[in-house]
Amino acid sequence: MGSLETERTTTGWAARDPSGVLSPYTYTLRNTGPEDVFIKVIYCGICHTDLHQAKNDLGMSNYPMVPGHEVVGEVLEVGSQVTKFRVGEIVGVGCIVGCCRNCRPCNTDNEQYCNKKIWSYNDVYTDGKPTQGGFAASMVADQKFVVKIPDGMAAEQVAPLLCAGVTVYSPLKHFGLMESGLRGGILGLGGVGHMGVKIAKAMGHHVTVISSSDKKKVEALEHLGADDYVVSSDAESMQKIADSLDYIIDTVPVFHPLEPYLSLLKLDGKLILTGVINTPLQFVTPMVMLGRKVITGSFIGSMKETEEMLDFCKERDLNSMIEVVKMDYINTAMERLEKNDVRYRFVVDVAGSKLE
Amino acid sequence: MGSLETERKIVGWAATDSTGHLAPYTYSLRDTGPEDVDIKVISCGVCHTDIHQIKKDLGMSHYPMVPGHEVVGEVVEVGSDVTKFNVGDVVGVGVIVGCKNCHPCKSEIEQYCNKKIWSYSDVYTDGKPTQGGFAASMVVDQKFVVKIPDGMAAEQVAPLLCAGVTVYSPLKHFGLMESGLRGGILGLGGVGHMGVKIAKAMGHVTVISSSDKKREEAMEHLGADEYLVSSDVESMQKAADQLDYIIDTVPVVHPLEPYLSLLKLDGKLILMGVINAPLQFVSPMVMLGRKSITGSFIGSMKETEEMLEFCKEKGLASMIEVIKMDYINTAFERLEKNDVRYRFVVDVAGSKLIP
Repeated sequence: MGSLETERTTTGWAARDPSGVLSPYTYTLRNTGPEDVFIKVIYCGICHTDLHQAKNDLGMSNYPMVPGHEVVGEVLEVGSQVTKFRVGEIVGVGCIVGCCRNCRPCNTDNEQYCNKKIWSYNDVYTDGKPTQGGFAASMVADQKFVVKIPDGMAAEQVAPLLCAGVTVYSPLKHFGLMESGLRGGILGLGGVGHMGVKIAKAMGHHVTVISSSDKKKVEALEHLGADDYVVSSDAESMQKIADSLDYIIDTVPVFHPLEPYLSLLKLDGKLILTGVINTPLQFVTPMVMLGRKVITGSFIGSMKETEEMLDFCKERDLNSMIEVVKMDYINTAMERLEKNDVRYRFVVDVAGSKLE
Repeated sequence: MGSLETERKIVGWAATDSTGHLAPYTYSLRDTGPEDVDIKVISCGVCHTDIHQIKKDLGMSHYPMVPGHEVVGEVVEVGSDVTKFNVGDVVGVGVIVGCKNCHPCKSEIEQYCNKKIWSYSDVYTDGKPTQGGFAASMVVDQKFVVKIPDGMAAEQVAPLLCAGVTVYSPLKHFGLMESGLRGGILGLGGVGHMGVKIAKAMGHVTVISSSDKKREEAMEHLGADEYLVSSDVESMQKAADQLDYIIDTVPVVHPLEPYLSLLKLDGKLILMGVINAPLQFVSPMVMLGRKSITGSFIGSMKETEEMLEFCKEKGLASMIEVIKMDYINTAFERLEKNDVRYRFVVDVAGSKLIP
């Protein structure tokens, strides 16, 4: 794919090693191919997985790595075969920028489960170049993996929906958990957790937040709209809600016991794991057999579900709760994120930052 | 529920402590109440869980304990409100014999009732211990008795009442009965062999085993389409991402990840083995394919009836070794070593219960 044309360059903030510290890095972006959309980044959310990747927690990191997969931007150029987008439109890019288009998952609108999917950063694109994410001035992405942001949604608030939002929406849809009247549990109140509360409440569910501490109780009940709040170490409160939940969305991104939460599920209840944790989780078989309970997981959502989810959030006026930061704050933000010190997502104002 | 009537006495073989050794034991059965069915036991299957119970592996055993929950017998008396059965009918009793007042029961999933009463090592509503099918007779509430379809041999039907419905119920519940699916059966014991037969009758089935020893039997006698040895890395690799479900019958701790790898997107690993030590997995293994780890426990009475009809229709018979009651302790020892093709069934009616 060599060419004597000068490829354009862009500047992002990249991690260079497993310390995970980000700093300015200039690299080339491919020219806009027929199916490509060239995007100027406006905002990019920070996900806990960005932290895992920057620090090589998953053992698969290649550096330099520009993270960021909750990207909202403005279209600057479209390829000749791009019909869905026009210059000037506000669009989003999430975790995936490529798939094989040939396998069963790809052919059934489940492309996020394609075995040959290409991650928006820390992967290798079909042209052999590394993919780099949204903590950067711009990105080029295939139109299939770009989504239009509905009019009237604030760009900085939409960013977290592109990963955290669809991560909650997709399993609720897939597992048939969208009807009103269900009793849901949200375990962990971070980026994904807070969207979980909002989305589940908007679906008409009774929502119980389960947390390791009391600190977020007032906020959960008064600002996020949760119906109930239980501290997981409070045996008596946990006992009271045993056998009461249709599902739990488990967003905890570190090792934790499963049994206290399996106990909260009704017959056929589902524990839906969304946290990428490399240490093994455990359970004893009677806990799943004697209630036909399901331990499962879900990974982002398809482009189709992402579009649906954005419409759903727009229709119900659901916003993420964010703290906007400039790019030069990003390392501090990552440190605070590791300590769960954010209500509830950092979003980098990329367009408003000095990247060099 | 006291009464000056002499309650009838019968003999069963009971464990009296956690050595699990069975010996003759005489006890009384309740009188046949309005909803009760009095059954003379003909055959009773031996399940791995019987071993767990007699040896107190699950920490919940009451002694003396007459095990046995794959019971086929003949009706000798019915209570005044019993309409479904007549004297002389051949019927079956499984793992549960009561009770019926909560949501699961009303929805025909009574095996998940929090107040269920086990057919042995439990306490009935009259305060008396429940005793199982390694005995001359049993008295059971009609709700928990199932008619055995005509033309099915009693000793072969017995294992269906636990092992058979244990496989049938999750395949039905999880929508895995349509043809064209690819199933996996992990472990080839009592439940596993019925799994192969039932899954084969529904579609394509791969047996996964820890050793090569049962390959010929699985392929030629049980009808498996494929046989994978779990330690054969290359074959396991080739089979990755192929199965819609795996029924995991392994009754001891084992890794889950090699089997999760065999599942397709949305595939289900259905655990059947009662294992008291933790099993493990890493979350990406379930997230990156939206796979499910779940479990299932026997089946409802409704599913038991359906399963019996299904097996009759497809001519599915369990593979058994018939023994007399005085062989039971040896049978338990052999079962513990997995030395049986594939279920022991005690010919209770043909045994001397008092030596």
